[in-house]
Amino acid sequence: MARKTSVAASAATTIVAWAFGLLMFFPILWTALAAFKTEANAYTMPQTLFSSGWTFENFGIVQERSDYFRYVFNTVVISFGSTFLGILFAVPAAWSMAFQPIAAPTVKLSGKVWALIILGAVALAAVILLPLGWDISDRPLLAIVLLLLVGVPFGVWIYTRRTGDTLLWMLSTKMMPPAGALIPIYLIFNRNGLVFRDWGFVNLSDYTLMDSFWGMVPLMMLLNLPIVIWMLYTYFKEIPFEILEAARMDGASLWNELTRVLTPMALPGIASTVLLNIILAWNEAFWTLNLTNKYAAPLSFFISEYSSPEGQFWAKLSAASTMAIAPILVLGWFSQRQLVRGLTFGAVK
Amino acid sequence: MATRQGQALGRLALAPSVIALSTWSIVPLALAIYFAFLRYRLDNPDYSGFAGWSNFYYFMIDPFFVRDLFNTFALVFNVLAMTVIGGVLFAVLLDRPFWGRGVVRVLVISPFFIMPTVSALVWKNLMMHPVYGLLAEVWRWFGAKPFDWFGSAPLTSVSIVVGWQWLPFATLILLTAMQSLDEEQKDAAAMDGAGPLNVFRYITLPHLMRPITVVILIETIFLLNVFAEIKVTSVGGFAGNLTYLVFSQLNDANDVGEAAAGGLIAVLLANIVSVFLVRIVGRNLEA
Repeated sequence: MARKTSVAASAATTIVAWAFGLLMFFPILWTALAAFKTEANAYTMPQTLFSSGWTFENFGIVQERSDYFRYVFNTVVISFGSTFLGILFAVPAAWSMAFQPIAAPTVKLSGKVWALIILGAVALAAVILLPLGWDISDRPLLAIVLLLLVGVPFGVWIYTRRTGDTLLWMLSTKMMPPAGALIPIYLIFNRNGLVFRDWGFVNLSDYTLMDSFWGMVPLMMLLNLPIVIWMLYTYFKEIPFEILEAARMDGASLWNELTRVLTPMALPGIASTVLLNIILAWNEAFWTLNLTNKYAAPLSFFISEYSSPEGQFWAKLSAASTMAIAPILVLGWFSQRQLVRGLTFGAVK
Repeated sequence: MATRQGQALGRLALAPSVIALSTWSIVPLALAIYFAFLRYRLDNPDYSGFAGWSNFYYFMIDPFFVRDLFNTFALVFNVLAMTVIGGVLFAVLLDRPFWGRGVVRVLVISPFFIMPTVSALVWKNLMMHPVYGLLAEVWRWFGAKPFDWFGSAPLTSVSIVVGWQWLPFATLILLTAMQSLDEEQKDAAAMDGAGPLNVFRYITLPHLMRPITVVILIETIFLLNVFAEIKVTSVGGFAGNLTYLVFSQLNDANDVGEAAAGGLIAVLLANIVSVFLVRIVGRNLEA
């Protein structure tokens, strides 16, 4: 490969690239530096890159005023917990789709028939609801029955698809806009004085999911599950099938095949997936802002508390921001390549 | 090939994920449809019963609706324009060999890992503040009058913040795609006397068309749902989008029915986009 680049041209590339790189990174650098300034220095005009007096007091004040470590703990519980739970669901699913794919639909009905069955169930539900005045908020059992009426045919339809279709359907669940799910999820989480709470034998308003890990961890798991499954699937797909066949020839049982042959080869892919999922869960800011406010609030909520300024607060905002992003920034640097694969659902490798 | 035992185990292994995701996709949607036709306010227990289409009607005649619908598209368009054009330039630049490439690459993609609430507040206060912000300082240095970013141009300001976050994503994907471009093709074209601009126009750009489509579609899905940046910079009243309007229907107006109706409109919008994405990714899967 003979590519001639003059010294001048490559020097120009170096300068331009570094200039743009620093420009992109500058807001982060500036924040990190401002974290070490005193409040007075942060407002001094003209601004200087390095202040005269360095101080660590902001970090102390942030910890003292809003208990930073509790938010870190919450973030770790939510992001690591949801990732762990997600892996438990996703590894078997990805394994199944990569190594035991379903070639043809197992229930052979045409698309039209399926559409008719599911739309029929929806229409039936509406017909039951209308004479009741549409309001069944004090009849939770009826609500469950109606949900099953629509949900079961839908579930069977998905479950009997061939693998490629199931994968695409999983991808499509990621496209549900949170605005559409906000109202139902909010009402499911916040049961105080809301609908579907009195079941006769139990009153759900005693068990609110609002602002608790019991709600946030499974929710975060569901949000990222499609990405996790897809990413694992693309990794598992790359494991050569011949190796498994060879193991089978040698008389390895399914259990040995899974634990001795497959697991060691799948571990790097699982590790990358875990990394990406932790990053995504760490930075999530729609559901955390809407569904937490104190006990289970993670760092994204903690920072949003700084949106209403009280006096001079920039150095503290910077200190808080730096502490919130530093751990994940470092993780992010390690996962650049996996990011492309995970977020494009394998469309770009 | 697959044994019967393996197939059965495969079905079993798939079941938990399918059940979890069907629940996740059906229950919220079904409830949203139910609430959208229900007269239901958090602050008024007597307001109940079948609402017909009135929730949709009142959501859509809300003066904020048209503006926020426009803002939703404007935000997506602004950010897409910024990230695709910027991403192509960055990808071409970072694909060339130069000193310290690995470090520059890390610098460029870093904004993607910053949580939305942090980047919004940092930009609003440290960068774009009309008096103490760094940009005001730069403006003054050039002798210009500092610009009140979030005050006078909230939509543009939010677009810049979101664009800064997503530019790394576009860069990363396009850069990955660049690396699969055949170098010899470029060299051959250069040998035949094609200038760098022509090489870019007739070889690089066509090669990048597919990854650009992927970037546009994926970003659109996420950008339709921008929320945190709008909420923490408190520009919702001036430059809210559809997601924010649904949020404020629930939180400020306490109207569950109307908020659910608005949510369904957002779902409809996103579905139109996602149909295209699924089709393209699906085609790719078979290739």
